[in-house]
Order: sequence, then structure tokens, then C-alpha cells
Amino acid sequence: MSDERALIDVENLSKAYGGMPVLRGLNFHVRPGEFVALLGANGSGKSTLLRLLSGLSKPTTGAIRVGGWEMPGEAMAVRAQIGLVTHQPLLYQNLTARENLDFFGKLYGIGREERDRRITDLLRKVGLRKRADSLVRTFSRGMKQRLSIARASLHQPDVLLLDEPYSGLDQAAIERLDEILFAGLDAGRTIIMSTHQLERVPRSAGRALVLSRGRITFDDATGSRDMSEIYRSASA
Amino acid sequence: MKTPFINSVAAIIGKDLRAEMRARELVSVMALFALLSILVFSFALELDREAREEAVSGVLWVTLIFASLLGFNRSMAQERDQGNLDALLLAPISRAAIFVGKLLGNFIFTLIVALAILPLMTALYGLALLDGWIIVTTTLGIFGFATIGTLLATMTVQTQAREALLPIAMLPIALPFLLTAVRATKGVLSGAPAAEWQGPLGMLAAITVIYLVLCLLLYEYVLEE
Repeated sequence: MSDERALIDVENLSKAYGGMPVLRGLNFHVRPGEFVALLGANGSGKSTLLRLLSGLSKPTTGAIRVGGWEMPGEAMAVRAQIGLVTHQPLLYQNLTARENLDFFGKLYGIGREERDRRITDLLRKVGLRKRADSLVRTFSRGMKQRLSIARASLHQPDVLLLDEPYSGLDQAAIERLDEILFAGLDAGRTIIMSTHQLERVPRSAGRALVLSRGRITFDDATGSRDMSEIYRSASA
Repeated sequence: MKTPFINSVAAIIGKDLRAEMRARELVSVMALFALLSILVFSFALELDREAREEAVSGVLWVTLIFASLLGFNRSMAQERDQGNLDALLLAPISRAAIFVGKLLGNFIFTLIVALAILPLMTALYGLALLDGWIIVTTTLGIFGFATIGTLLATMTVQTQAREALLPIAMLPIALPFLLTAVRATKGVLSGAPAAEWQGPLGMLAAITVIYLVLCLLLYEYVLEE
């Protein structure tokens, strides 16, 4: 049953690769401004779900609506509302930070003046203003991930999908990323963040959704409960 | 909501040119291969001037085809390596714009190599390869080859054996380009009447248009999982 207030509406969603089911009949809704922690072991289907939500992959059966637009028929409109950060930076190594953002800004149809303004602002927010004209290939993993967040936020999407964003980062880089993501840049934005590192789920995540073998085994507000406790009971 | 086609294409070409000007990973490798190839053929055919004149159009096209294969593979690998293809697919642009952008980038890089080796071949083989019609034939043939190469490189780059798979997949499909391009080039070089080589040239143009339309239609499916 669809929720009229939902920004993301997923109904009976299944995905199979070569006959092998990865996601089995998922149903859930996400309201504007919600921060959902998507938990599950490796291979539980978290990345597949985020690829489906971002329009990078097509469902085998079921429906996905984002902001009222249905996929895959209206995928173009959905893609304009979504920003995706993965463990890969999705950046061009032989372009500078500014050139990367400028390129993606053009693809999202942002006019030159507005693009320049947003790029300058985002580079400052992610702490890369001084490295704006350095090639991405000279960046550390943490810097690439921060620039990746700027790339995903450039078109001011309604929904930010984070797929294991902490993968391969050291403690200092993780804290810096948290600071950017949850304290300033994306406050108030709808966020779905997948992780298998329970200790990395920010306190601001108001809801947990646990995937196990392609099914949702827990979907509720986190309240004051401990993530490890939720995960253990949902995976049992 | 959707970024205009022409703006998306221009952005992709601009990005490819800028990245190449900085890294010089594509054109330099293609040009080096082309240089070695024409030198090897030049030495191999040195003793027989007649055979050299007969073979020069074949040498030109075999060199360009293998050089372009190196370039197409590398160009798509750049999109695949850091997951950049996903970033392109996430943008509100049509799949056709991605295809045309990548195609024109590949075409420009291969054309630069061709325009560099034509004077060199003229000097080495003693034939007038800097002829207007040779340049037209070369440009058209390279465009057709880049069309099919861009489509197939997008497919093969998603496999582990991409370096080996692209030539295997591409050479049989590109055979019509090769045959008509060699015939047209040979006709122009031999000084034959225009009526003799305009037929193959027209056929080359027709094959290019057919392949371009087919590739535009198929590209969306190639990008799907």
C-alpha cells in the first residue's frame, strides 16, 4: 500500500541476477527528511537495493517511486533527485577537483554562474578549497570521498544514498566525513545509508532497516535502542 | 529535468579532451603503435617497390584499425575503472548522449593519429597520401570504425578479458568498413577514374550511417546489466 506522504515508495520489489534472487518482495516507504540506516551482512542485498533506488539497475518485479516519479519509466526524473556516494569515488583521476564538479554540474544542466557558485561553496564545505585545482589522482582516499560527497550534492538532490561510504577510511577521515555529512552539508535531507559496520551508524539515523538474505527482517524507529541489539535480533 | 542532448555531448567530449591533454594516455600509445607498425611494414616491403605500392592502402587501414582498438579500450576503461560510468548513468542525460560523446572523443583521438601518420607514410612509401580524397576516406572510415568500436568497447570493458575480447568482437563486424575503405583508398592512390573509387566511398558512407543508427538504438541495452 503506498503512503501519500512518502518520498520513496517501494512495493513488492524483487531483483534476481541470472535466476538467482537477491532481493525478495521488499515493501517500505521513506518520508521526506528521514535518515534510514540500511543494515545487513555482506551479500544481503544492500548495494543492489541502493542501485535500484538510484535507477542504475532495473527491478525484476515490483515498483519504485521517488518523489511521485515511477521507475524505470521516469528514471530520468528520478535520477535528477538522487545523489549517490559509494565506496568508489566516481571521479575522474586526471581532472582537478573543480573540473570534476564542473563536468558533473554541466551534466545536471546547472547554468555556469550557479555552477561556479555551488562548486566554490561545496569545496569550502568539504574542506577542499585549497586543493580545488589539484588533480584528483593526487588526493588521499578520504579527500576523494569528501569530493565524492560534493559531487553527489552538487545538484541539490532530495535524496542522498550512501553505500558503505566509510569503506577504506581511517578514523580521522571517518570523523571528518561524519562532520560534513551529518552536521552541516546535508542536514534536513532524506538519507539512506548502507553499512555493515554497526558502530558507524550515526546517532541521527532515526530508523533502521535490516536486510537478511534479500528480505527485510527489521524496519522500525531506532529510538534509544542499540544498533547491535537491533541487528542481532533481526538477523537471528 | 533532462539536460539538453547537445550540452551533455559537449560536456563529455570536453572532459575526454581535457583528461587526455593532461594524461596523454590514449593518443601517445596509439601514435606509437601506428609509428612502429608503418615502420615494420616499410622495412618488410622495402625490397619490392611494386608490392609496397600495392600494399600501402592495406597497411594504412590495418595500422589505423589496431591503433584505434588500443584507444577505444583505454577510453572506456577510464570510465569503468573508478566507477565513473555509474556517475554518467546517474546523470539526467540520455544514453544516446553518452554514446555520441564517447564516439566523438574516440573519433577525434584516432583522427589525430591518422593525420600524423599520413605525412610519415608519404615520406616512407613515396606515395601521395596527403590527397584530399584520401583524407575524406580516412575521416569517414575512422568515424565508422569509432561508431562500432565505442559500442563494443562499452560491452567488453565490463568483462575481465576486455583487452583480448574487443578485437575478437570487433574485427568481423568492422570488416565491411575495412574492405570498402581499402578499396576506395587504393582507387584514389592508383589514380584510377573517380567513377571507380566513388562507389566504394559511397558504400563506406552508407555502412557508416547504418551502423551509427544501429549503435544509437542498441546502446541503451548495452548499458543495462
